[in-house]
Amino acid sequence: MTAPATPAPSPATTGEQPGVRLARSRRNAELSLLLLAMGLVAAYGAMVEAKVLDTVTPDFWIPAAALTAVFLGLHLVIRFLAPFADPALLPAVALLNGIGVGFLRRLDLGEALPADRENLATFAGTGGRQLAWTLLSVILAAGLLALMRDHRSVSRYAYTLGLAGIVLVMIPAVLPSRYSEINGAKLWIKFGDTFSIQPGEFAKLALLAFFAYYLVRKREVLSLASRRFLGIDFPRGRDLGPVVVVWLISLLVLIFEKDLGTSLLYFGMFVVTLYIATERVSWLLIGLVLFFGGAYLAYLLGDVVGGPFANFYLRAQIWLDPFADPHDDGYQLVQGLLALGTGGLFGAGPGGGQPGLLPEVQNDFIFAGIGEEIGLFGLSALLVVYLLIVERGLRAALAVRDSFGKLLAGGLAFTLGLQVFVIVGGISKLIPLTGQTTPFLSAGGSSLMANWLLIAVLLRVSDAARRPVTGGGGRARPAGGPPEQLHGAPTEVIRP
Amino acid sequence: MNAPLRRVGVVVMILFGLLFANLNWIQAYKADEYRTSDYNGRVQVAEYERKRGNIEAGGTAFAVSKETDGELKYQRTYPGGAKYAHVLGYKPVNLGDTGIERSENDFLAGTSDQLFIDRFKDMFTGDQTAGGNVLLTISKRAQDVAYDQLRNNKQGVSKGAAIAIDPRTGAVQALVSMPSFDPNPLASHDTDAATAAYNKLEQDADRPLRNRALGEVLPPGSAFKIVVAAAALENGVGKNTQIPAGASFTPPTSGTPIRNAAPSICPESQVSLMEAVTESCNTGFAKLGIRLGADTIKEKARQFGFEQEDLTVGQLGEGGHAVAASRTGDMQNADGGDDPAALAQSSIGQRDVRMTPLQGAMIAASVANGGSQMRPYLVRQLLGPDRTTSYYTADPRELRQPVSGQVAADLREMMVSVVENGTGRQAQIDGYTVGGKTGTAQSGPQTRDHGWFIGFALDKNGNAVSAVCVLLEEAGDGGSAEAARIGGQIMRAAITDPGGR
Repeated sequence: MTAPATPAPSPATTGEQPGVRLARSRRNAELSLLLLAMGLVAAYGAMVEAKVLDTVTPDFWIPAAALTAVFLGLHLVIRFLAPFADPALLPAVALLNGIGVGFLRRLDLGEALPADRENLATFAGTGGRQLAWTLLSVILAAGLLALMRDHRSVSRYAYTLGLAGIVLVMIPAVLPSRYSEINGAKLWIKFGDTFSIQPGEFAKLALLAFFAYYLVRKREVLSLASRRFLGIDFPRGRDLGPVVVVWLISLLVLIFEKDLGTSLLYFGMFVVTLYIATERVSWLLIGLVLFFGGAYLAYLLGDVVGGPFANFYLRAQIWLDPFADPHDDGYQLVQGLLALGTGGLFGAGPGGGQPGLLPEVQNDFIFAGIGEEIGLFGLSALLVVYLLIVERGLRAALAVRDSFGKLLAGGLAFTLGLQVFVIVGGISKLIPLTGQTTPFLSAGGSSLMANWLLIAVLLRVSDAARRPVTGGGGRARPAGGPPEQLHGAPTEVIRP
Repeated sequence: MNAPLRRVGVVVMILFGLLFANLNWIQAYKADEYRTSDYNGRVQVAEYERKRGNIEAGGTAFAVSKETDGELKYQRTYPGGAKYAHVLGYKPVNLGDTGIERSENDFLAGTSDQLFIDRFKDMFTGDQTAGGNVLLTISKRAQDVAYDQLRNNKQGVSKGAAIAIDPRTGAVQALVSMPSFDPNPLASHDTDAATAAYNKLEQDADRPLRNRALGEVLPPGSAFKIVVAAAALENGVGKNTQIPAGASFTPPTSGTPIRNAAPSICPESQVSLMEAVTESCNTGFAKLGIRLGADTIKEKARQFGFEQEDLTVGQLGEGGHAVAASRTGDMQNADGGDDPAALAQSSIGQRDVRMTPLQGAMIAASVANGGSQMRPYLVRQLLGPDRTTSYYTADPRELRQPVSGQVAADLREMMVSVVENGTGRQAQIDGYTVGGKTGTAQSGPQTRDHGWFIGFALDKNGNAVSAVCVLLEEAGDGGSAEAARIGGQIMRAAITDPGGR
């Protein structure tokens, strides 16, 4: 629970009665932060137009206003359905999403013919599509908040979700390449040439819900029954089963979908939830050894055998020395590094860079494209916003009272952070580059939608975490809220 | 479960810390390296954001940048086309740049340190000041004549070169290499078209991209006799001293006799040095060379500029077109002693002697200029974007002193005799005293001879006003006479150009 350091919002808006000390919903803080973020997004759009068009069109504010409207809608939904949700999450995500839409629109402006630039429609091009996806995603997130009045209700569908997750992961691997492969990675389900979805993005959420449920059930067994070796408690062989299964799935993803990033993401997600559930470092060690062992083995096999491992071997080679083949294999990474380097400390200014020189700038390399224009200072700010979202998610996990909620929120928050690490580390040559989307920035409906659903879950858990323990403490509940007794329920209800 | 959650929070912070540290490495420490990397296309786009300065000669711009609608804001065009291609070089988008466009790139592009104040002003005005302008020494009239005469030479030769310099300063008055090419397609913003145009030129058997005036080295033939004559004058031979000659001479150790170009040339057993130069007497110079020795001749040639590998023609002191080294080649036996056969042939500019047209012009120029060889240059002045501030004005400087004033005077007298009485009559100009030396060099067993002419013009007061070298490759009989005619025409144009210098 956050310390009540600042005065409460006016009682009229929160419905609090004077004189009664209560946890504050901080919805007005959320509103002002959101308006500040949208102001930044509008200013960003204006700067882009000033640089690219040499003038600011009278319509520059329309995309920002559309975003503001939909985020305000979500804010209202939160106000009524999750009044105690963390007030920093929505503004932070909205800022990233807004900058993403703004940058994609900037790409459209750069590509458009000079004559068409000033009349670029709000929903035209990649930026316009991203704007539409944002509207849809936020509506879905609001829907999830409305449907899921208590995050614990998810545990009822845990096995269904687990099965759905595995099926979603497997579909692209099983499908023929022409239905599933884009740029060498089999991560997609393609419907024709224009529309494709990335089921892995949704599988991530479903699998995590299943992990959280399974681990809460098996918690004692996993954490207590162990053998001591070299001063570390190791689990029994039979308890290792699920870990090995997930490890194999990750390797299958790595090999058949040719995507190190996704497998690292799944595996990291599982190992970390396992660690949180059991509090055993040994699980972390086993996980890390398995993953890095597997990756190294794949690297060696890629060198010697080739075949399904060749892609991974090539990516590792590019990572080791991108300038060895700067025009072909290393081209993407080299151009990304050059874009970041050109941006330098302060960047070329919004609209001042040359994102046209970057391949995949609307997807994997959006962070490099933005980095060229806003520089190290701007990117650091974006990283801090991401870190804020992740840490607020972890904070909700810390504060929530039930184990399932802790695992769900902690796992989701960590997964988001890990994904940012994998892609930003990839384009900046910290780790081998893998085709991950940059959450909330990259163009793409699947990723945006899945990440907004993730945020909806975090909002829901943080609402439960910050909600006062005593149910009828003189607080006027908004109409349509969940039944009162659920909120007063004791922790750890999900025990088998 | 809270303890591991807190630790996960710390782990996330560490991961983000790594990202932050790595971004610092890339965007701060490595930023300059990446910003200027050869693989960084932004360097190029930024370069075309600013209007590049003109390259001008005689008040006319021959390389200008015009605004376009494309992604690259300015298009480089060359109104002079093929005529000035080898003088200016070119600045393509995707290919390597050459010539003055390359050597003066910083000033033309406006990124030179000298133009810092202009860029500083831009920060406040928000404009992009154009780059600086480069003014060349080229005389428009001489360049016109050189290009037209060379292209329409009476021998029908397709390859050759001509260069004219001011003997008193070293300023290049005309520079033509034939065949030439149009640089405009190479500067196209359509990089595929530019590459195709370049490949076509590159694969042309006549090698139009080659700057023959500065880069072609061929046997100079009799033109080299001026160097041998200079060595002789410094070693006790006067201009009227009788030297052994004859209709034919077979050097010891060689079965191949050296003959004269025509039976009428120096059949007598002795001629004066003056006559030997005037008539271009091969036997006389072959014997003279053996008498002087390889070391003396090689040293004299070196003093005239042979063997210099680092000469450039552009701005004095730095950069510009690279000039190929002229060579005297090997004239010695394996044991280190002189090889008379090699020495005899080298003395008449054959065997392994190789000379650039510029070197020929520099020999003539130093003779005309009283023995002082001025360093050749093309860039007369660097003018700021405002066209009033001068950032550099050429200050002519002596490159070397190949011969004394007396020897130069004797050589001048002999070369004037060549044009007035000998093989170079075609080069005469009304109202001026012209001196020179022709050369006919065997190019190979199957190919026709190269025709050379090196010469100079003196005004009424005896001041050297122009020196020239014309080369017609594989021109055959009459090639050197045609070269002499063209040389005279170029010098006359250079002298009479009202705006030239």
